[in-house]
Amino acid sequence: MEPFTTHTGIGVPLRRSNVDTDQIIPAVYLKRVSRTGFEDALFAAWRSDENFILNSEPFRHGSVLVAGPDFGTGSSREHAVWALKDYGFRVVISSRFADIFRGNAGKQGLLAAQCEQSDVEMLWKLLETEPGTRVTVDLEQRTIHAKDLTVPFSIDDYTRWRLLEGFDDIGLTLREAETIGAFERTRPSFKPRTLPAAEK
Amino acid sequence: MGKTLAEKVWDAHLVRQGTGHEPDLLYIDLHLVHEVTSPQAFEGLRLANRAVRRPDLTLATEDHNVPTTGIDLPIADPVSRTQVDTLRANCEEFGIRLHPMGDAEQGIVHVVGPQLGLTQPGATVVCGDSHTSTHGAFGALAFGIGTSEVEHVLATQTLPLKPFKTMAINIEGTLRPGVTSKDVILAVISRIGTGGGQGYVLEYRGTAVEAMSMEARMTMCNMSIEAGARAGMIAPDETTFAYLEGRSHAPAGQQWDAAVEYWKTLRTDEDASFDAEITINADELTPFVTWGTNPGQGLPLGERIPDPERIADADERYATEKALDYMGLKPGVPLRDVAVDTVFLGSCTNGRIEDLRTAAEILRDRKVSDDVRMLVVPGSMKVREQAEAEGLDEVFTTAGAQWRSAGCSMCLGMNPDQLTPGERSASTSNRNFEGRQGKGGRTHLVSPVVAAATAVRGTLSSPEDL
Repeated sequence: MEPFTTHTGIGVPLRRSNVDTDQIIPAVYLKRVSRTGFEDALFAAWRSDENFILNSEPFRHGSVLVAGPDFGTGSSREHAVWALKDYGFRVVISSRFADIFRGNAGKQGLLAAQCEQSDVEMLWKLLETEPGTRVTVDLEQRTIHAKDLTVPFSIDDYTRWRLLEGFDDIGLTLREAETIGAFERTRPSFKPRTLPAAEK
Repeated sequence: MGKTLAEKVWDAHLVRQGTGHEPDLLYIDLHLVHEVTSPQAFEGLRLANRAVRRPDLTLATEDHNVPTTGIDLPIADPVSRTQVDTLRANCEEFGIRLHPMGDAEQGIVHVVGPQLGLTQPGATVVCGDSHTSTHGAFGALAFGIGTSEVEHVLATQTLPLKPFKTMAINIEGTLRPGVTSKDVILAVISRIGTGGGQGYVLEYRGTAVEAMSMEARMTMCNMSIEAGARAGMIAPDETTFAYLEGRSHAPAGQQWDAAVEYWKTLRTDEDASFDAEITINADELTPFVTWGTNPGQGLPLGERIPDPERIADADERYATEKALDYMGLKPGVPLRDVAVDTVFLGSCTNGRIEDLRTAAEILRDRKVSDDVRMLVVPGSMKVREQAEAEGLDEVFTTAGAQWRSAGCSMCLGMNPDQLTPGERSASTSNRNFEGRQGKGGRTHLVSPVVAAATAVRGTLSSPEDL
């Protein structure tokens, strides 16, 4: 994974709460077996409306999404993160993220920056009155800058560390294969196995 | 100080305690896999030249994409077919047991696990599907994960996780006839909101929960995610043990005795404390339905469509206006006057035998309204077989409903069972998001008995309206 330190890009104000993953990427696009190429699927239903923000200049080139509370609720589909990334987003800012979405984002190098709703409101106002404003998100300092505005955001230490270092989770865990093996030997014998019953 | 049920299960699976900014490493007892969220995970393994660590703790089934008619034919949609074929090839390559379309054990992953007896108290269960919370009904710690985590579990049988907070949901009293666990969970979600459970494991407790069947408990735990929670749990008891005993993957003989002895310890200690707690009075609950576009936008069936102008909070007013606009509903209209085009009975929320039985009871000697199509989709082929043995299929077809094969069906628009734009459904599934059941489709979430009564009257109804 590419390390993430700071990112600067056009901010997109998305004045909606409860943006669920079915809106981020409708189920019909989940049938692909590839890991890339989901940019056309992002907000597919909303983008069919010509007034949707990503259909207008300069927002269509945005890379920092500023959304309402409870972003990424619903389905666990990691495709939601892939679609945001494939489209070009590197950061999503919201006052509250759904847990699974937040986890998925962290694994894929999409920064889910959580800040106060009042700060989201200020960012919205700025981005709406001055479209095309560039937003800088500094993961080292945990701050968001845009014009004269500087607001803090929060992210858990582990995700921040992995993003800054660009670490792959599986590689980290596999260093502990022996510990896992030792744990496995202590598991109770009544724990089931999935092999067909006859082969139990 | 004592521990909660969730903490007991967590602690029993600690491979390594977290240090510094590294979180705990948790062992996973059961990994369920389906065709939608797994292809990229298997691809990741191949690219990194990694194996599946424990194929014997992994089980796959085909559910999201499968059609529910003509299952002996190849899947018509080439993209769906590719996804199913990819799962088959991956399971073959990595040695994973798969129940494919047409197999006697095929079905929705969250119906299949419990029915095989694989879902057990005190287990950790994961799946690349948010409704994995279903399995918490057995006192398992069960939660949905993303595809990167699917790959992580395939490769290591563990997950690095930060501990969840705990919330007690006390449901005290007795549910009235015609009020189900679906109504309870919809009431809970409307009370705490779609984000109210974020970061929490919910533990459902109280006399109303103790009186529930395993099916009813699964319905409730299933929708924990709709309150934003990571998982929902219920302490195992005699009802749990009775459900499990004799199932093909449940322990037997001395192993059973050892297991039950352990399972009986899986209760929240008296001196344990929760991070949050709410109490719901079961006696007061009535059938609950949703009117909006998220599962928190629900009301008792006897109420009227909310009026945005009476909502003080600007954001909530805007969200309500948006939802009513999408749903094509006018403020002030009684919910009972809302006419539907389609009734869907099924899904991992309400596609189990008890759900079919209670709905069939209402449809017996009645007819589905001429203006309504009703789909009845068993959650698994075993549920279908059982329903047919009880003659329920005849009750449904005689009433004019369609009797289908197992799958996720109309719960989500990934297979041929979909709403058309503007079409309105009463659905026993779990999500009323915009477009969830098909582009432009309008969803009202309901219980199986409300679904059946609605099918008869053609407008949102409870059995007492018949």
